[in-house]
Amino acid sequence: MYAIEVDNVTKIYGKGDTAVTAISHASFQVRPGELVAILGPSGSGKTTLLTAIGLINEPTHGRIIVDGVTVADDGWVPGLDLKRIRREKLGFIFQAHNLIPFLTALENVMVALEINKFPSGEAKGRAEQLLKSLNLGHRLGSYPMALSGGEAQRVAIARALANKPRVILADEPTAALDTENGKNVMALLKSLAVENHSAILVVTHDHRMVEGFDRIFEVRDGFIIRETRGAG
Amino acid sequence: MNLAIRDIRFHRGRFILTSIGLGLLLGVVMSMGGIYRGLFADALAVLHSTKADLWVVQKDTNGPFAESSRIPEDIKYRIKSVPGVAEASPLSFQTIQIERQGKPFRFFLIGYDLRGIGGPPAILAGRNIRQKHYEMVVAKAMKMALGEKIRLGLHEYTVVGITGKVVSSSGDPAAYVSLADAQEIQFKKDNDAIRNNRERVAADLDRMQNLTQAQAQLLQRNVSDLTESTHTVNTVVARLAPGASLYEVQQRIERWNHYRAISDEGQTKILTKGMIEKARMQLGLFRIILLVISAVIISLIIYTSTLDKIRVIATLKLIGSQNRVIIGMILQQSLLMGVIAYAVGYALISLTYEKFPRRIVLEAFDLQVLFAIVVVICTVSSFVGIRKALKVEPAEALGG
Ligand SMILES: Nc1ncnc2c1ncn2[C@@H]1O[C@H](COP(=O)(O)OP(=O)(O)O)[C@@H](O)[C@H]1O
Ligand SMILES: [Mg+2]
Repeated sequence: MYAIEVDNVTKIYGKGDTAVTAISHASFQVRPGELVAILGPSGSGKTTLLTAIGLINEPTHGRIIVDGVTVADDGWVPGLDLKRIRREKLGFIFQAHNLIPFLTALENVMVALEINKFPSGEAKGRAEQLLKSLNLGHRLGSYPMALSGGEAQRVAIARALANKPRVILADEPTAALDTENGKNVMALLKSLAVENHSAILVVTHDHRMVEGFDRIFEVRDGFIIRETRGAG
Repeated sequence: MNLAIRDIRFHRGRFILTSIGLGLLLGVVMSMGGIYRGLFADALAVLHSTKADLWVVQKDTNGPFAESSRIPEDIKYRIKSVPGVAEASPLSFQTIQIERQGKPFRFFLIGYDLRGIGGPPAILAGRNIRQKHYEMVVAKAMKMALGEKIRLGLHEYTVVGITGKVVSSSGDPAAYVSLADAQEIQFKKDNDAIRNNRERVAADLDRMQNLTQAQAQLLQRNVSDLTESTHTVNTVVARLAPGASLYEVQQRIERWNHYRAISDEGQTKILTKGMIEKARMQLGLFRIILLVISAVIISLIIYTSTLDKIRVIATLKLIGSQNRVIIGMILQQSLLMGVIAYAVGYALISLTYEKFPRRIVLEAFDLQVLFAIVVVICTVSSFVGIRKALKVEPAEALGG
C-alpha cells in the first residue's frame, strides 16, 4: 500500500480570465519509508501540490489518497474530518518561523501531542525523548527566538514527528538555513524516513539539497516534467 | 498545557499593564457602587439609629429630613396617650456650620430627650450625656477628642462621648445634645431681626398698664410663648406597643389635622426614592458607561492580540488543532484578564475605601453581580477575536 497516491490532480486558482492553473494532471505515488523531493523553480506549483496532499488546499480535479484514505476526488470527499487526518496521519515542516513563539522548544512539541489526546505527562516524556534524539536536550526550555535556525528547524521536525505520522510534508525546510545546516536537516529527514518507515515528501527549489533522495520529481509551470531515481 | 497561560507568561509585562489599567477602571466602577450604597446608608443612618415605628411631622410635609417640619414639643404627651403607642419622644435636627481651627466645621446636631429615644446609638468612648445642659456626644468622624469644648450659640459644650457612624442624609457627621440645648441653639441661631421683633412685641405688651389681673396673666403667658418660643421640635418619634396596629395609630394622629404620621417604611421611601434617586441614576449611568468602555477595551485588546497570533493560530490549525483549543485560548485569556482586572480593582478599593470623604459601602452582592458582568463582558468581548481566529486558514502558516 502507498502512503501517498496522487492521481491526475489539477489545481486551478480563481475563475474565468484570472484563473491560474498551478498544478496540471499530476500523478505519482510515495511508499512508506521513501524520501521524495519535488524540485522546481519558484512559482512552479510545488507548494500547491504539497498543500493539496496536506489537506489544506482543495484540489480542483483528481484523486488524492493518504494512507489508504481517499481524501480528495474532484474536491474533498464529503464527511471527512480533515483536521483529524492532519493531526493523526500527517506531519508538517516548513521554512523557519513556524514554531509557536510563546512556547518553549519542549512545549512546541508537546502541543502537537496534546491536541492528539496525549495526557500531559506522557506528552512531556515523549517530547523530551524526541528532542534529545535530535540533539536538542540542552534546548528544551528555550523559546524559539533564542534558537538558531538549524535548532528551530529540528524542533519543527520533532513536532512533525511527534505523532508518528505516516506522511511527513516539508515545504522548503532548508530555505532559511545555510548550506551546511540545510544538508544536515535533509540527512536527518533521510534517516527518519528509514527509521520510522514514514513517507517524506520534501519541496525545494535547491537542487543541491536533494542528494540522497530516493526519487526526485521536477516540476515546471504545474507539470511534472521528469522523475529521477536517486542513488539511495 | 494551557496555551492562554503560556502566551500570557510570555507577554507578561503587556498583560499585567493592561490588567492593571482595566483594574483601575473596574475599581472606579466598584467605588461608584459603593458610593451609591454609601448614599443609601447615610440617608438612612439617623432613621436606622432611631428605630422608631412612627415619625410624626408637620402636616403636608415630608419631614423631618426631606422637608422642614416644625411641631410643638407638647404634642408628645398627646401622642403618648394614643392607644398602642408605647413611647414617644421629640427630636430636633439642625445643620450647624461653625469655624473650628480656622476651617469650616459642619455637622448635624440632633437634640433628643435624654430619657427618650433617638439618642446616640452606641458609645464608642466616654459616656452618654448625663447632664441636662452643655454636654455633647459626637460622631467619630468629627474627629473631636473627649473633653474638647466647642461654642454653640451662647454656651460652651463639652464632648463627653464619641459615637459611631451616624450622619445626616447629606453625609455630615452627627452630634447629640439634650433637646433643651438644641432648642436654645436653634433659637439663638434664628435671625436677629426676628428676635428683635419678638423682644419689641414683648416690651410693648409689658408697657400696657390698664389690664385686668386675668388679662395680664394670659398676656404674660403668651408673651413668654412669643418671646421664648423655643419649644418646637422637628418631629416626635414613637414606638408602638407589641401587637398595636400601625395603621390605626397613624389614622388617629392624622385625624388631629395638624400632623402627619409617617411610618418607618414611609420615611425610608421618602429618603431613598425622593432624595437619592437622582444620584443613584447618575451613578448607575456612569457605571454603565465605564463598563461599556471596559468592554470596548477588552474587545480591542483581545482582537489585537488575536491579530498578533494569526500565524500561531494558522500553525495550530495546520497541525490539526480542534477549534475548541483555539477558542479556549482566546476566551481564557479574555476571562483571565477580566478576573485579574477585577482582583486589581477590588484590592484597590478595599485598600482605599475608608479614606474616601463620604461613606463607601461595599456589598458582597454588588461585587458578585459586577463579577458576573465582567465575566459576561469578557466572554462577549472575546467573540470578535474568536470570529477572526476561526476564519484563519491553516495555509497562512506557510511561507516566509
Ligand atoms: N492562493 C492563491 N491564489 C491564486 N494564485 C495562487 C495562489 N497560490 C499560488 N498561486 C499561484 O499558483 C502558482 C504556483 O504557486 P506555488 O504553488 O506557490 O508555487 P511554488 O511553491 O513552486 O513557488 C503561482 O503562479 C502562484 O502565483
Ligand atoms: Mg512555495
